[in-house]
Amino acid sequence: MRAVISVLGKDRVGIICAVANVLADANVNILDISQTILQGMFTMMMIVDVAQSKLEFAVLSKKLEETGNELGVTIKIQHEDIFNSMHRI
Amino acid sequence: MINQFEVIETLKMISEENLDIRTITMGISLLDCACDDIEISAQKVYDKITKKAEHLVKVGEDIEREYGIPIINKRISVTPISLIGGATGAKSYVPYARALDRAAKQVGVNFIGGFSALVHKGETVGDTVLINSIPEALSTTDIVCSSVNVGSTRAGINMDAVARMGEIIKETAERTADSDGFGCAKLVVFCNAVEDNPFMAGAFHGVGEADSIINVGVSGPGVVKCALEQVKGEPFGVVAETVKKTAFKITRMGQLVAQEASRRLGVPFGIVDLSLAPTPAVGDSVAYILEEMGLEKCGTHGTTAALALLNDAVKKGGVFASSYVGGLSGAFIPVSEDAGMISAASCGALSLEKLEAMTCVCSVGLDMIVVPGDTSAQTISGIIADEAAIGMVNNKTTAVRLIPAPGKKVGDVVEFGGLLGTGPVMAVSSYDNSAFIGRGGRIPAPIHSLRN
Repeated sequence: MRAVISVLGKDRVGIICAVANVLADANVNILDISQTILQGMFTMMMIVDVAQSKLEFAVLSKKLEETGNELGVTIKIQHEDIFNSMHRI
Repeated sequence: MINQFEVIETLKMISEENLDIRTITMGISLLDCACDDIEISAQKVYDKITKKAEHLVKVGEDIEREYGIPIINKRISVTPISLIGGATGAKSYVPYARALDRAAKQVGVNFIGGFSALVHKGETVGDTVLINSIPEALSTTDIVCSSVNVGSTRAGINMDAVARMGEIIKETAERTADSDGFGCAKLVVFCNAVEDNPFMAGAFHGVGEADSIINVGVSGPGVVKCALEQVKGEPFGVVAETVKKTAFKITRMGQLVAQEASRRLGVPFGIVDLSLAPTPAVGDSVAYILEEMGLEKCGTHGTTAALALLNDAVKKGGVFASSYVGGLSGAFIPVSEDAGMISAASCGALSLEKLEAMTCVCSVGLDMIVVPGDTSAQTISGIIADEAAIGMVNNKTTAVRLIPAPGKKVGDVVEFGGLLGTGPVMAVSSYDNSAFIGRGGRIPAPIHSLRN
């Protein structure tokens, strides 16, 4: 299953590294990554494959949330279908 | 590939604009629970519900977590209890209500609907027993909801039932006087009730439905309001287009969640209810959408037209987003559950008469309206009859959910808490209608009921 990880907040050193570390530890593969500064906000989006994840989805989600709290940004992981269904016919 | 703007738009809708799935409702048929002993039958009801809906709440929570979309309520609707109670010969169906309450609590849902009777043309013995049991059932259970259908476009209006429901509402209010008549918030009187409605308090599982089914109700008044903020001063064509596009996106969420819940539970997908259902939270109000169109306060002249546009555009946008649409579908206008309506009613901008006019073009009817505690049963019946007439003549569902709060007068405010909100007590006409209600019998179906 593919999921979208979104990171929003104030830019700082080490955000991508921290998120990537959590994913690597969990054996989650990053398929696509893009980042930009949008309306003054650091905005990063990752498409990941969680099929081989060692962690339950809920646990992974919690871990990313905690990482976000440490970095002062908001990190969410969501099944990609929510975005596909809303924005694609 | 999904782009960042789209991801951010969705996240903003959820986190800032209160987009949510209002309810996943599992409909369960209880027709196979009929039995001549009410205790055995009630046990069968309990067993069937707890078995069928065992995983409903967990699946709802799993979907919520994986997709990152809040699912506010998980609910159950069942076959109208009057249909299975008839076989028992019992004088009260309160044991069924208790079984429903226990079963719903066991599986962890928020509400269970279906303590209901369909009497639009006449009453069976089971219907009469059920209606008589409503006040005790609602005052001795916590999460059981009740509804009675008193009219339809095909059958006309059963005025005996209308008269009786006025008394039942009064009695239910008096039995729950210590909570300002809260029991009445769980009781809906319908005309043209639908069989697949996922929303409470009027949900029941119709006899034309499968053994069990998943229906989903979406919600997102805040998202529509925010979208309209971007088109200030534009003509109505632009307003309608904006609402349609937003409704499409909201409904796609509902469709996704409904299909996913259906797959995981192994229960067929029924319908998505294309609804704008407000909550008392600021920014989750249908009234504020109407005000965004250019009205100083909801209830002023132009409100009905604004609501008509909104209701129609929600359906047009939503219908393309879902494979099966049903339920009540449209904009709800429950007064106590909508911050803008509460404010408008409190300052006198919104009256019961205006709300009645609005129900001609909204999805349902007079909903969650607190009236003075000394309102007579006949006056309540008159309000029900007026609302049923609107539904009957216009081929639409209408409903009445009034709370005659004991001891409360116009100007007082009643707190229900949670999603049910805060109700300012609204004035009713003081002129007598008891000779009208006292006539009894049936108002014949309108000429356009003869469509064959």
